[in-house]
Amino acid sequence: MENNLLSFIIFAPLAGAVINWFVGRRLRNEKIIGFIACASVGISTIIAFYLALKSNGALRSTESIFDHLWTWIQVGRFRADFALAMDRLSGTYALFVTFVGFMIHLFAVGYMHGDRGFYRFFAFLNLFMFAMLTLILADNFLLMFVGWEGVGLCSYLLIGYYTDRKEAGNAAKKAFITNRVGDWGFVLGLMLVFYLTGSISFFEKPEHGVISALQAFAGMGVDPFTWKSLFAGGATSVAVLLFIGAVGKSAQIPLYVWLPDAMAGPTPVSALIHAATMVTAGVYMIVRCSAIYTHAPTAMFIVAVIGAATAIFAATIGLAQNDIKKVLAYSTVSQLGYMFLACGVGAFAAAIFHVITHAFFKALLFLGSGSVIHGMHHEQDMRRMGGLRKYMPITFATMLTGWLAISGIPIFAGFFSKDEILWKTWSAGEFSLPSPLWSKALWFVGAITALLTAVYMTRMMIMTFWGSERFREQDVDHQLEGDAAPAPHSVHEPHESPWVMTVPLIALAVLSTVGGFIGVPYALGSLFSDHPVSYIDQVLEPVLSHVPAGVPHSERAHAVDEMQWLSPKPQQLDGAPAVHALEGPAASAERAHSPEEIRQERFLAMVSVLIAALGIGVGWLIFQKRPLLQMPRILENKYYVDEIYDATIIKPIEVVSREGLWKLFDVGVIDGFLHSLGDAVTEGGRMVRHLQGGFVRSYAAIILIGALALIGLFAYFGAHTLGLAR
Amino acid sequence: MRQHLLTVLILLPLLGVLVSVGYSFAPSRQDFHYKWIALAVTTFTFALSLLLVGGVGAAEFRFEENVNWIGAIGARYHLGVDGISLWLVVLTTLLMPIAILSSWTSIAKRQLSYYVFLLLLESAMIGVFVSLDLLLFYLFFEASLVPMFFLIGIWGGERRIYAAIKFFIYTAVGSLLMLVGIIALYFIYGTFDYAAILAAMSAQTTLLSPNAEFWLFLAFAFAFCIKVPLFPLHTWLPDAHTEAPTAGSVILAGVLLKMGTYGLLRFNLGLFPSMSRQFAWIMITLAVIGIIYGALLAMVQPDVKRLVAYSSVSHMGFVVLGLFSFTEFGMQGALYQMLNHGVSTGALFLFVGFIYERRHTRLITDFGGLATPMPWFSTLFVFASLSSIGLPFLNGFVGEFLIMLGAWTSNAIQHPWIVTMLAATGVIWAAVYMLWMLQRVVFGKTNPTNATLPDLNAREIGLLLPLLILMLVMGVFPRPFLDRSKASVEAVRARVAAPPTGGSFAGNSSRVLRVAP
Repeated sequence: MENNLLSFIIFAPLAGAVINWFVGRRLRNEKIIGFIACASVGISTIIAFYLALKSNGALRSTESIFDHLWTWIQVGRFRADFALAMDRLSGTYALFVTFVGFMIHLFAVGYMHGDRGFYRFFAFLNLFMFAMLTLILADNFLLMFVGWEGVGLCSYLLIGYYTDRKEAGNAAKKAFITNRVGDWGFVLGLMLVFYLTGSISFFEKPEHGVISALQAFAGMGVDPFTWKSLFAGGATSVAVLLFIGAVGKSAQIPLYVWLPDAMAGPTPVSALIHAATMVTAGVYMIVRCSAIYTHAPTAMFIVAVIGAATAIFAATIGLAQNDIKKVLAYSTVSQLGYMFLACGVGAFAAAIFHVITHAFFKALLFLGSGSVIHGMHHEQDMRRMGGLRKYMPITFATMLTGWLAISGIPIFAGFFSKDEILWKTWSAGEFSLPSPLWSKALWFVGAITALLTAVYMTRMMIMTFWGSERFREQDVDHQLEGDAAPAPHSVHEPHESPWVMTVPLIALAVLSTVGGFIGVPYALGSLFSDHPVSYIDQVLEPVLSHVPAGVPHSERAHAVDEMQWLSPKPQQLDGAPAVHALEGPAASAERAHSPEEIRQERFLAMVSVLIAALGIGVGWLIFQKRPLLQMPRILENKYYVDEIYDATIIKPIEVVSREGLWKLFDVGVIDGFLHSLGDAVTEGGRMVRHLQGGFVRSYAAIILIGALALIGLFAYFGAHTLGLAR
Repeated sequence: MRQHLLTVLILLPLLGVLVSVGYSFAPSRQDFHYKWIALAVTTFTFALSLLLVGGVGAAEFRFEENVNWIGAIGARYHLGVDGISLWLVVLTTLLMPIAILSSWTSIAKRQLSYYVFLLLLESAMIGVFVSLDLLLFYLFFEASLVPMFFLIGIWGGERRIYAAIKFFIYTAVGSLLMLVGIIALYFIYGTFDYAAILAAMSAQTTLLSPNAEFWLFLAFAFAFCIKVPLFPLHTWLPDAHTEAPTAGSVILAGVLLKMGTYGLLRFNLGLFPSMSRQFAWIMITLAVIGIIYGALLAMVQPDVKRLVAYSSVSHMGFVVLGLFSFTEFGMQGALYQMLNHGVSTGALFLFVGFIYERRHTRLITDFGGLATPMPWFSTLFVFASLSSIGLPFLNGFVGEFLIMLGAWTSNAIQHPWIVTMLAATGVIWAAVYMLWMLQRVVFGKTNPTNATLPDLNAREIGLLLPLLILMLVMGVFPRPFLDRSKASVEAVRARVAAPPTGGSFAGNSSRVLRVAP
């Protein structure tokens, strides 16, 4: 159905941004600027909730809400509309993005108080909301890409917000360029989608003559599970290219390096963009394209492995960071890894569930850290904190819930979503994994990551809120060897933050506590109720594609030999019948409730709880006594990945471009060749000049020589050969 | 007047020249009046050129004028505008007043001749885009060289003489070869008239032998590829752009380079479709090399202006790639990218000119932290850079995206996806060199020498505004632009994409004429 209200969700923040940029600049009144910024996001929030939850709203009916604005690009068969759509997936996303966004805007009014660029900050923040909501509500790939690049731009502008800080500029540039590397994949994937299906729309829109690219994929055969299929130009190629985009945006190995550096931006930015919303865009995109991924087992396998690897890799680095925001940044990278792991094993609903709970608790933790940093007068080094729970009771209490949530303590939101992902990984079928062993191995990696998560979060909490009050110790600087910024350190009395900052903290703390109940799995819910409902599953089920139940690899293997390298029509190469998007969700749901599986799931949940408790316990035992314990250097230095990239990629390209291409080839070879050509002409002219010396006798001599030469020629060849006589 | 609109557009700047020269004899003349005359004339020309927009849409030429010129050799004064040339004419007339405004305070010496050269240049450039007679086209093509030669050579930077001569010889060599090609065509078809030759080819009354077509394609392509410039014929460009005065760089990048790609589209693809197909893989290879090579060289330039100049090599590579994809996406995108490049790179040269005027240096290391003393400059500079980077909803994205889509779906070459994947890295490189430059020029700590630089004044913002607005409008609503060129581009595409027998030559040797008499 059409509903023009939909476009207000994106245009309200845009209007806020424009007003603040042009009017707020002159006003220089924080109250008005803050009000405009929050109100515009507030309007989006209200409309989003209304459209999603009203009686026939996006989340409650199977029909999507459309808003067609204009046809953006139309050339030949290619058509990209500026058109929005809210279905169950984008509706779910829009709800938490607008709500968390609103909370963070509110928080930022307090946090940015007194900043010179107040108007600029909120203009960018509103612009970000516009881009993010465009990304979510876009009804086709290209408009999604507009939002995709738009959030990247806003991220760039906001990371580099403190324009006079060099490291902020570097981090901003790094973020944009790394994202661009990912966008390269996204654009190419988009083109391949168009090439294969003739459409880039997510939805069927008969009144506009637009068919759905995703449904076209759903109608194709499943690609075989081989490495060759990567280059076959079919669903697998599309999926991998799009995943490259997700790797960039959602900070996965190998493109995660920008996210920790992005912490150079103001803390509300880290909370909104680099934790709760933007970085989960990659997950959103993959879930949106689940119809493609469920036809590309190889791609799903890659997604799962990269996700798991990122999760554990980032968690180990998070163990050793001393900057409170860096800990949270690596934690975000790690949690995003979980989400991709979920996507890779086909648990798309679980991925979205974790996105939502993560948005709550990670935004909470970031805002909490912002409150700490604010209270500590812009100190971010946890080695100079300690004992803050006395000074900042509300911040402490709220962060406590965030800590318990991310560690996976039952009842808190993170427990349910993380447990769901681990269970789905454990019970994953063979569709996207080479052997049953892989699901157990991936589960094991996830479980270890959970343990590490609990440990490093406990470390962070202890270093910040417990222990001695190290911010009083003047000589602490000298103890901290290798500290990059031994700035003159003055003692400030820490203080609790004002209400605009604590209210969002409390709201998010409540959600981090109870938010998980929207997705209680059957196995746990059935302990307490006869007919437990997982709302998140119920809502998302109709819009997700499912992994076809156990296609044996041997049956698909025969197609492999017929594949060509990037052959144009891979869908014809597979004889398997088309798998439809909505095939048998009921059947799979039924299967999941077999008593055997319920027993297993409950057992694994218990294991998860034990792991979380173990992590917290270990963390407590180690760091309670020695909060400043020196962690392994290699972890503290992030495995030297930045240095390795610099030495193996960035520097060589720069040197080759400067010394080889520019100085040697462009100036030396091309221009050198042209100059020598010019010199040759000049030189030749100089030589020929001697012929015209102005002496009559030399001219006469030349004429004589010429005449003799001609006569000689005639004599030699004869007149007939020259054709002068017939 | 409507039926002579094109003549009026060509003559108006010349009238401005006459007025300026006449005024210079006035006893009470003031030097600063010349720029007012030039501004008035060019603004009026721009306003008149907008009248063209409503009349163009179909594939045929409109506003045609066709009268005898040099009867003895059958050269005709044949003008006309279609969807391909329409926006290029408007781009030319739009950039002229902007170029003149940008010279407002920076040009102090020999103002009369400076503005006269600019006006002469405008006439020639409009003439290039609307000529439908090959000899007339050649005349305008060459005529545009001379004023630019003097603009660089007299008002340029330190190495202006070297740059001017390099520019002149490079491009003149190319166009001489084209002249040979034009004369050869004349001997075959007995006319210089583009439409007549095209008609004769389409009707298959007179056909070129493959051999003749091969050499003719090369002769034309060589001239145009130098102008584009296509790797490896690009080395005149960094010198000319860097040494030219700001207005010169704007016109050079904005319009003169487009004469190359326009020529490729109009003449090479239009007249020699079979050879275009055969040469496609070479042209595309060079274009893709140019995209990456230009970007890498832009990245390491210590001089802001050279950086923007090398970025042109990269962007124009996209245009050539689109043209030789022989798809509607690619060719429409290429035409659109010509306009985008004119707008974005023109604007970037203006920004560089502004800081050069203030600091008399173009070295990146001399700047830094301009955001504090020059907030307006910094904001708008970042905006224009983002357009050049190809951010969606700004103009550059639409063109580049369509070109890449065209390359991907092209059947002009084998493995078009490899080409597309390589070309798409150009978009990454663009972010690298532009953002790195921005970071070193605009952001960071403010250098004390720059701390007191004045921000943009009303004139400078005013002359940028049309370009900045265009960047947004062309990015969000590209359809009015694309729709007008659709039919004309499609006509050329249909000719090129036709199977070999439907092209300019057939296998039937009895109907084939040879170049040699």
